[in-house]
Order: sequence, then structure tokens, then C-alpha cells
Amino acid sequence: MAARRPEVDAVLIGVGLVGTLLGRELTRAGLKVVGLERGEARDTVPDFQGPQVHDELRYAVRKALMSDNAKETLTFRHTSRGTALPVRRWESFLPGSGLGGSIVHWNGQTFRFQEDDFRQRSRLIERYGSKFIPADVTIQDWGVTAAELEPHFDRFEYLLGTSGKAGNLQGKKIPGGNIFEDPRSREYPTPPQKEPYGSAIFRKAADNLGYHTYPQPSCNLSQPYTNPEGLSLKTCTFCGFCERFGCEHFAKSTPLTVLLPVLLKDPNFELRTGCNVLRINLDGARKTATGVTYAGPNGEEVEQPASLVIVGMYAQNNARMLLLSGIGAPYDPATGKGVVGRNYAYQTMSYPQVFFDESININPFMRSGANGTMISDFAGDNFDHGPLGFIGGAYIGEIMTNGRPIGFHPTPPGTPRWGSAWKKAVARHYNHTSTINVHGSSVATRHNYLDLDPTYKDAWGLPLLRMTFDFPENDLRMSAYCTEKAVEIGRSMGGRLVTGAPRKRPYDMTEYQTTHNTGGTIMGTDPSTSVVNRYLQSWDVSNVFVIGASNFPQNGSYNPTDTVGALAYWSADAIVRKYLKSPGPLVPR
Amino acid sequence: MAATAVVVPGCERPPPQAANPRPPYLFFNAEDAAFVEAAVARLIPADDAGPGALEAEVPAYIDRQLAGAWGAGGRMYRSGPWLAGTPEQGYQLPFTPAELFKNSLRAIAADVGKSNRGKLSKLEPQEQDAYLRSLENEPRDLGGVPSDVFFQLLLDMTVEGFFADPVYGGNKDMVGWKLVGFPGAYANYYEFVDQHGIRFTRPPMSLGQDAGGTVHLHPVSSPPAAAKGR
Ligand SMILES: Cc1cc2nc3c(=O)[nH]c(=O)nc-3n(C[C@H](O)[C@H](O)[C@H](O)COP(=O)(O)OP(=O)(O)OC[C@H]3O[C@@H](n4cnc5c(N)ncnc54)[C@H](O)[C@@H]3O)c2cc1C
Ligand code: SF4
Repeated sequence: MAARRPEVDAVLIGVGLVGTLLGRELTRAGLKVVGLERGEARDTVPDFQGPQVHDELRYAVRKALMSDNAKETLTFRHTSRGTALPVRRWESFLPGSGLGGSIVHWNGQTFRFQEDDFRQRSRLIERYGSKFIPADVTIQDWGVTAAELEPHFDRFEYLLGTSGKAGNLQGKKIPGGNIFEDPRSREYPTPPQKEPYGSAIFRKAADNLGYHTYPQPSCNLSQPYTNPEGLSLKTCTFCGFCERFGCEHFAKSTPLTVLLPVLLKDPNFELRTGCNVLRINLDGARKTATGVTYAGPNGEEVEQPASLVIVGMYAQNNARMLLLSGIGAPYDPATGKGVVGRNYAYQTMSYPQVFFDESININPFMRSGANGTMISDFAGDNFDHGPLGFIGGAYIGEIMTNGRPIGFHPTPPGTPRWGSAWKKAVARHYNHTSTINVHGSSVATRHNYLDLDPTYKDAWGLPLLRMTFDFPENDLRMSAYCTEKAVEIGRSMGGRLVTGAPRKRPYDMTEYQTTHNTGGTIMGTDPSTSVVNRYLQSWDVSNVFVIGASNFPQNGSYNPTDTVGALAYWSADAIVRKYLKSPGPLVPR
Repeated sequence: MAATAVVVPGCERPPPQAANPRPPYLFFNAEDAAFVEAAVARLIPADDAGPGALEAEVPAYIDRQLAGAWGAGGRMYRSGPWLAGTPEQGYQLPFTPAELFKNSLRAIAADVGKSNRGKLSKLEPQEQDAYLRSLENEPRDLGGVPSDVFFQLLLDMTVEGFFADPVYGGNKDMVGWKLVGFPGAYANYYEFVDQHGIRFTRPPMSLGQDAGGTVHLHPVSSPPAAAKGR
């Protein structure tokens, strides 16, 4: 029988980004909170110190900070007719494990989703008519507006110290920032990072073509900053070891640098690492959670009773936890009924490259995780989709994060894969090539979803999550259009050769795109098409809140984390100001 | 006190060899090593662009990786059922990297032997290339391993060993980094990132150097005033 620990007010499943934010808000409200994190305890000192942290093989290739596939992975197939097989090593996306979560090894590219993301279905119908949305595309409104989230975006960005330049201050458009963005209440907490060479070349080319360039908003800080929690960040040194690595310099905003040192000192908070939560426990009527059961560091089962359960385990894991615990009806692709696992979406990337003359030293190794120059002219609904026949878009930018040579050694098409000719081409092009990012959205469809695998199990004997996904037709058309625009900019950057192919089917689990997986526990206003209400509270079990990119009904053109953080604060605010006063559903079913 | 050489009768040994040019292998037997050394020398050859994978001691890198936790399938999901799947579903063979190498190398030894021309290392460079290309492009069974899967792993590990930090046993003298101009484990380019197009000529740095020390970094092509004359 499982050992039973004394009841607490709230339990956090996962102490990553979401867990840390909620832990801080709930302890501040006076609750006793236990945070259960499956991975290790870690901190900048002594775990991410130089020079050892600058090890491409260990961190980028062997993926030391990612979750251990031997313990838990997921299975994958393209369609519901196929047999899903386990992802035996992470390649396409890289979920993390350990205190602070995946965001410890993120890049820091920090964007707000926009009003036309939050009201995507309504907006498209208003602008183009209801026939515009393909029949199998299941995009939805989120049930929350950009204006409602603005204060939470603002708060999250000031916690992180985000470096950037506003393009819309309280409705006033500011050239040099992203003029397409929704109004923000104040400037970014810190100015943009320095502009590297390749980005400067992109800026000139894109400006000449009449686009609206701006510096990428970044959580690699441009200058020292002390956040409202009293924690200080330092200036990013452009070390080139950002994504997939911890930052030795205290320059990257992560829970370890912006919040955990404060939370861990709070007597209302108790952290337990090495604790893998197995399920959320429900009462007899299955309407209330009584707490969770986890496997402790030695494998022993422990029951942790709690009045409130926060699920913040990263997108796919959130969906899996609900499925394992029997909370909410699982989605059935045959009937379209059920909600948990529905509307899984990803990201639709392409990467044109500009090969320059040998006199142009791009110096790809002098980069941070999030610095580049970009345009949003083709993001979201910032351009007229009417004649184009697809939904969504992409931001386009010269955004290079590193020049680590195992992973980065570009060669022009036609170069042999090995031998002297390969070696000469690598030497010739390494320092003279720029990569353009076409960071594309991903619509939800009927066919892409998550459920439990019938065959494969994790190290605790529980079914793995099964992912059924392929790129929707709509997104291939979007990628073709936006990639062509990027290649045009590339051509006017003055390179000798520009390459660039749009995203194609089939989706390849062996190629990294992004770790921006969305959906599975989506938010909304209708319990028959969403898992959580607009406050991220489970429709079925009202003392369970599920928070993360799993809430996104579909994926937008931008990176998700700013929006995840804003949603976490939005939900925490509803819990503290409404739910705690009168526990129960915040929105009637 | 002056050191005196004490010689125990019967235990005279030849003095240790002045400099063993190659580190000892942990995983490969002599035959494995001969194949891998010959193969990597073709995948990244020494040529007028500089040293190749053999000179970079890439075989030592591959050997240590296979002998260690990664070679044993560490952090890899290893439960069956084992089904072939599509290429987009990723690696689905039941072999650890070490098993995959051993099976393949054993089968290759028999395979190359069959052709009556002996070992890969004995062939002319063009014949070596032709043999490697046949593994890559005309897949055949190597003890349960499709030869193109083995070839891809060999190629990936060769590139890794050529460009990974020298502490892993390859990239000797940082020849891989020098070839492309990657500076290695430095931590700070704040002063240089907006000096657009600067040529960075400082020798690369390995994790094995300056551990824990602060790296003060100046490009040799434009030393700051204070550093001149030192
Ligand atoms: C390589 C990489 C680069 C990225 N770059 C960017 C970027 O530039 N911009 C951007 O916007 N986003 C980026 N992201 C995405 C970003 O990291 C995530 O959006 C963010 O971390 C999500 O926060 P979360 O709290 O939902 O999940 P996480 O931060 O992953 O936290 C979840 C935590 O839950 C724990 N957990 C999971 N299961 C259990 C269990 N059963 N029991 C106990 N604990 C459990 C995990 O170990 C983890 O610590 C990147 C991600 C990766 C991997
Ligand atoms: S690029 Fe900047 S923020 Fe990223 S790890 Fe290096 S110093 Fe830190």
C-alpha cells in the first residue's frame, strides 16, 4: 500500500515553468504547496559552469538535459491506420526534465500570441466567410482575449526581463518594433540585444523590400536587470551555447534565475524532486480530486492528498496525465467526440540558407539563443489570406542561435555527403552562411490527436502517450507561400546562392523542428469541444487546473512560452481571486 | 638525494616506448580497429585542406563512445515489440550502438574477405570508397543490421569525433575546429558580435584548458590597445 503524506492545500505536478509560477502565486496567497518534480534538483551554480557546460556533444547531441527516453517516451504514427512505434531517442522535439523544466534549455525567443490567434475561428469567418475554413480543420477560439491577457503578458515579461522593442505602445505604432503586435501597456523591460552581422544584412534586404523589420524579443538579456522578485540577471555574452544548454552567466531567464530562489525559501513551499507522479486520485463520484500518487526516488508509491491539483508537466504530459487518471472523455477520431487529446498541433518550419562570398564572415558562433532580425508581415493574419487559400502564417527572420559544428556545417545542394569534396565544402561555407527561419503556424485537424498507446509502457508500467500526426494540407500551402517570401529576401541579401524548400509531408520524427507541441487539453467555452474552461480549470473535476501549451486550441506563428506564462498568471489570478473564495466550477457547465 | 635506478634481477623490461602515437582501444579488437581506421580516413580524408579523421583520432572517439554508457544504449527506450516502422518513425532496431557496431563489423570482415582482396585497409583508396558507397547505397544485411543504417551511424560518429571537444578523444589538436574556424568553448563574444564581419583568428579553446578560469578574449586581428606590446 502506498505511504500517505499529510494533506496540503495544493500539489504541483511538475516544477517547470508553469509549476514554478503557480507555486509562487499560491504560496503567496497563503497556501501550503508541495511541488513534485520527476527530475533532479539543479542550479546555475554548480551545475551549469564553464567551460564544461560548453560541450556540444554532451548537451546538444546526446541531450543531457532532456528527459530520459529509457524511463518515459511516447509513440508515434502518421495516421490512425498505422502502428505507432516508440520514439527511442528524442530528435524532433526535446522535452526536459529536472527543476525548472524544459525552459532551462530553451532559446529565449519571446513573443505574445495575438488577438487573431485567440479568436482565430471567429476572426477568419468575419474576414473571409465560414467556407474559408477547410472541413477537417478544427481550429477554435480560446475563450480569452488578448486584452484580458495583456496584464499577464506584461507581468510575465517583467519577471523575465525580456529584451525587445515595442511596436505598439497603447495603440501607438512604433516603427522599428513589431508594428503588427497588439497594444502593450509599456515598453519591454530591457532594450533589444545587439544585432549580429547576418541579421544586419537581412534587415537591409527586408527594409528595401518594404517589410517591417524588428529585433527579435529575447530572454537572453541585453543588460543587467533586477526583476520584481528581487532577482538579478546579467548581460548575455552571445556564447553560442544556449538552446539545449543551461546558461552559466545568469543571462537567460528561466525559473532557476527569475523565481525559484525566492520560492524555495518560502516556508509554505516544499519541493520534492525525483518524484514521478503516476496519477491524480479522484473521489467516488469522480468529480473531485483527492490528491496524487507518485513514485518516490526509490520507486516506492506515495499518496499526497491535496485540495487543489495543478497539472504543469509540459504539453503532451499534461494530456497523458488526464488520460491516465480518467479525467475528461478521451477524443475519438472516428466520431469526433471526446476532448482529451483533441487538437494536437505542432509547428511548420523551413530554413532557407544564404551562401555568401568568402569575404563575408558571418561568425555563426557569436550568437545568443534569441537574437536576430525578423519580420511579421506574414505572421498570423497580418496579410490578406483571401486570394491565397490557406490559414495561418510564419514569422521570417535571420535567426541563428549557434555555430556548433557537429550540428551546423552547411553545404550547398549537390555536395557529396563525405570525402574530400564534402570536407572542402564544409570549410568553405561554415563561416559564410546565414540561415533564415520561417517559423510557421500549425492548424488543428480532425486527424491529429493524442491518446494512450495500447502496447508500449513506461518504466512504471503505465501506457505511453501515442501521438498521431502529419502535416495538414493547409500548413503545407502556408509553408510554400511563406518560404518563397523568405527566399526572395534571401536573394536580396547578396549571397552567391540561396536555397530553401518548404515543409513537406511526411512529418519526420528524426528531424528537429521545435519543442512547441500544443493541444491535447485545450481551453474553450464549450465543454463538448474543450478540456478546460477559460480559466484552465477542468470541466469535469473542478479542483484540477491544467496549464501549458496543451491549452492552445491550435498553434500560432510565434513561439509559445510567453503565452504559456501569461496563461499561467491568468489562471493563478482566477484561482486566488475567485476559486479560493468559493471552490467549485468557475464557469457553469 | 640523487635518484638511483634500482634493477630487480629478472624483471628487466624494455623502457616504455617514447610516445605511443595512438591511445589504446577499449572496445575495438585489432580487426575492428583496422576497418574503422581505414573507413574514417576515407570519410574525412587528410588532404590539402588539412588533417582528416584518422589524424584527428576519430577512431579513438568512436571506440570510447561505444565502450561507454551511450554505446550500451543509455537513455534509449529499449522495450519491444520491435517492429520495422517507416524511416520517419526513427531508429527501431533492438541493437544498442555497441551491438550494432559489433554485428556489422563481424559481418563486414567476412564480406570484404569474400571478395578475395582481403581487408578494407588493404584496398586502394578508390576501392575503399566503392566499398563504403556500396554499404551506403546498396543496403545489405550485416548480421541483422541493414548496411545503410550502420554506414549512417559510422558517418555520424565520424563527424562527431571530428568536431566534438578533444576531451572525448577525437578532434586531436582541434584540427576539426581549425578547419572551419570554430573557436570552441569560449564563453564571451559580447564585444565582437556587433563588429560586423570581423575575422576571428584566436586559436580555439577546449574544455580541457583553463578549467574554471576566466577567459579574456581578444581577436588577434585587432588587439585592444591595452593588450598591445604585451
Ligand atoms: C530545446 C528547446 C528550445 C526551446 N526554445 C523556446 C523558445 O525559444 N521560445 C519559446 O517560446 N519556447 C521555447 N521552448 C519551449 C519552452 O521550453 C516551453 O514552452 C516551456 O518550458 C513550457 O513550460 P511547462 O511548464 O509547460 O513545461 P516544462 O517547463 O517542461 O516543465 C514541466 C515539468 O514537469 C515535469 N514532469 C513531467 N512529468 C512529470 C511527472 N509525471 N511527475 C512529476 N514531474 C513531471 C518535467 O520534468 C518538467 O520539469 C523550447 C523548448 C526546448 C526543449
Ligand atoms: S547565449 Fe546568452 S543567454 Fe544563452 S547561454 Fe549564452 S550567455 Fe546565456
